[in-house]
Amino acid sequence: MARLTGSDLTLAYEQRVVASSLNVEIPDESFTVIIGPNACGKSTLLRALARMLRPKTGAVHLDGSVITSLPSKEVARRLGLLPQTSIVPDGITVADLVARGRYPHQRLMRQWSKADEVAVASAMAATDVTSLSERIVDELSGGQRQRVWLAMALAQETPILLLDEPTTYLDISHQIEVLDLCADLHEQGRTMVAVLHDLNQACRYATHLIVMRDGVLVAEGEPAAVMTPDLVEQVFDLRCEIIADPQSGTPLIVPEARRRARTPVAH
Amino acid sequence: MTTPVRVGPYSMRPAPRALVVSLALVAASVALALVAISTGEFTVPVADIVTALFGQGTPVAELIVSQLRAPRVVTGLAVGAAFGLSGAIFQSLTRNPLGSPDFIGFTAGAATGGVLAVVMGGTAVQIAAGSMFGCVISAVLVYALAFRRGVQGYRLVLVGIGVNAVLLAADNYLLTKANINDAANAGAWLNGSLSGRGWDHALPVAIALAVLVPVCCAVSRPLRMMEMGDDAARAVGIRVEPVRAAAIVAGVLLCGVATAAAGPVMFVAMAAPQLARRLTRSPGVTLIASALTGAVLLTAADLAAQRLLAPTQLPVGVLTAAIGGTYLALLLRKDRR
Ligand SMILES: Nc1ncnc2c1ncn2[C@@H]1O[C@H](COP(=O)(O)OP(=O)(O)O)[C@@H](O)[C@H]1O
Ligand SMILES: [Mg+2]
Repeated sequence: MARLTGSDLTLAYEQRVVASSLNVEIPDESFTVIIGPNACGKSTLLRALARMLRPKTGAVHLDGSVITSLPSKEVARRLGLLPQTSIVPDGITVADLVARGRYPHQRLMRQWSKADEVAVASAMAATDVTSLSERIVDELSGGQRQRVWLAMALAQETPILLLDEPTTYLDISHQIEVLDLCADLHEQGRTMVAVLHDLNQACRYATHLIVMRDGVLVAEGEPAAVMTPDLVEQVFDLRCEIIADPQSGTPLIVPEARRRARTPVAH
Repeated sequence: MTTPVRVGPYSMRPAPRALVVSLALVAASVALALVAISTGEFTVPVADIVTALFGQGTPVAELIVSQLRAPRVVTGLAVGAAFGLSGAIFQSLTRNPLGSPDFIGFTAGAATGGVLAVVMGGTAVQIAAGSMFGCVISAVLVYALAFRRGVQGYRLVLVGIGVNAVLLAADNYLLTKANINDAANAGAWLNGSLSGRGWDHALPVAIALAVLVPVCCAVSRPLRMMEMGDDAARAVGIRVEPVRAAAIVAGVLLCGVATAAAGPVMFVAMAAPQLARRLTRSPGVTLIASALTGAVLLTAADLAAQRLLAPTQLPVGVLTAAIGGTYLALLLRKDRR
């Protein structure tokens, strides 16, 4: 059985049921990408997997134990989450924010060990924010800020890392940088789970794809096996053609053009 | 980032600025306390204060120091610290400088409870109990009204400001229903004042601090993490609900006990955490520095209220309201820009 699973989950906010009878398994050491239209429950699923939301029925298991039965700090040493939105505390510096990721490794008498220092430094280096370390986070651009949050999650040094839309505020080159970083972390043996919006990026980076619509897992598996024009139409109401990505060979989704006949681009 | 101190498996990361500021605030409180105890209509040399406190001085010095001035100063320090802590807790929970107990109806609830007791001719103990009770009730009311799938900071502030207005109206109504003597007493109490405060006022606040400061220390770091949002705090292993519950209970009790002792002194709870943050240059709210700043602020304000227009004695609440109002205007002006 995989380290992180959810069985028979009913996920709801008060009366509003987002998903029911949901079974999900995050394959160990996979790079799992969750895709689906807005409001289909991707964040809700991620929050449930990270024990932020208690399922109405069913349970999330981490390493065989019901996740809510484990001490919260213990879970935080095994599983990290970058929430979709977080609030930057007033006047905090980049280095201080990233250092907060070390909280689960610290105790009253062990507040700042050598390991903490190394983890923070390497998280900042990996996300390319070292040069910003004394800057005030509030005063950074959206993309820089997103990389700082990512650095905080990295500093936590968890073998499983869940990221909710880590590329949303980034320009294209920083999107690729972040995804490459996730791929590196995955290659180093971490289990990565990310919610992404760009289907082509999802297909390129995922080893395991989870496709959701209206709280239901419509399909899952390897991108090449899962991604078909029918699935894209069923899930996103988008007609498309799928070709091989010229760079990676993974599926590349090309939405159908609105008008077929247009002047071709001159070469 | 400061240099860590590491010994074997133990490590600390001292924050020198926060430490220096805290020590300076402690020194300032001691200095203010000595000035307040030794000066006035009858001067007691600083050297004689200690002997008087231990019953070794002249009878006059003993009366003035042990029975009149020292309890007032200690009450002021403790009430200031309690308001500072309470303000820091609720500003942190609401992530809003206006989310302090003196704005969101908790101090006002304590005041209404106290006034009710005064108007009904209650004893000092009954007035204190009325304040505590009023504070708890108003807090429960504000949280219940603001609750909608959890309590959002800004909604709590808006609801609290509304409840605050209703409670102020209730105080006025109660005053009109009281007989003239009770109304005068209640009116004076409503200003917020430290005049005539004895050891029986200082003691409950001191006990509350002794019990609740350790609670505050325990939740201080988790609270700061929760300023990033509940999910971000949970992600690093903080049990958000118990921390929040402990913080709310501590904050409400501190506000209630402080108001019971001194009446609804405005603006200390609101200004102390903001000043402390700027002094320590620390991100987010700092509980202990806020407590110390509150103690210094209230003691300094009370000293000024006694001396500025001497022999006329101002209630300290009038002074804090005047200074605090100016401060609030500046704060809002700065936010506007
Ligand atoms: N805190 C909340 N309270 C109530 N409803 C919520 C809350 N968060 C999300 N929802 C609802 O749950 C559904 C799924 O939301 P979400 O998981 O955030 O979608 P996604 O991440 O796929 O865009 C949406 O309809 C949304 O309105
Ligand atoms: Mg989402």
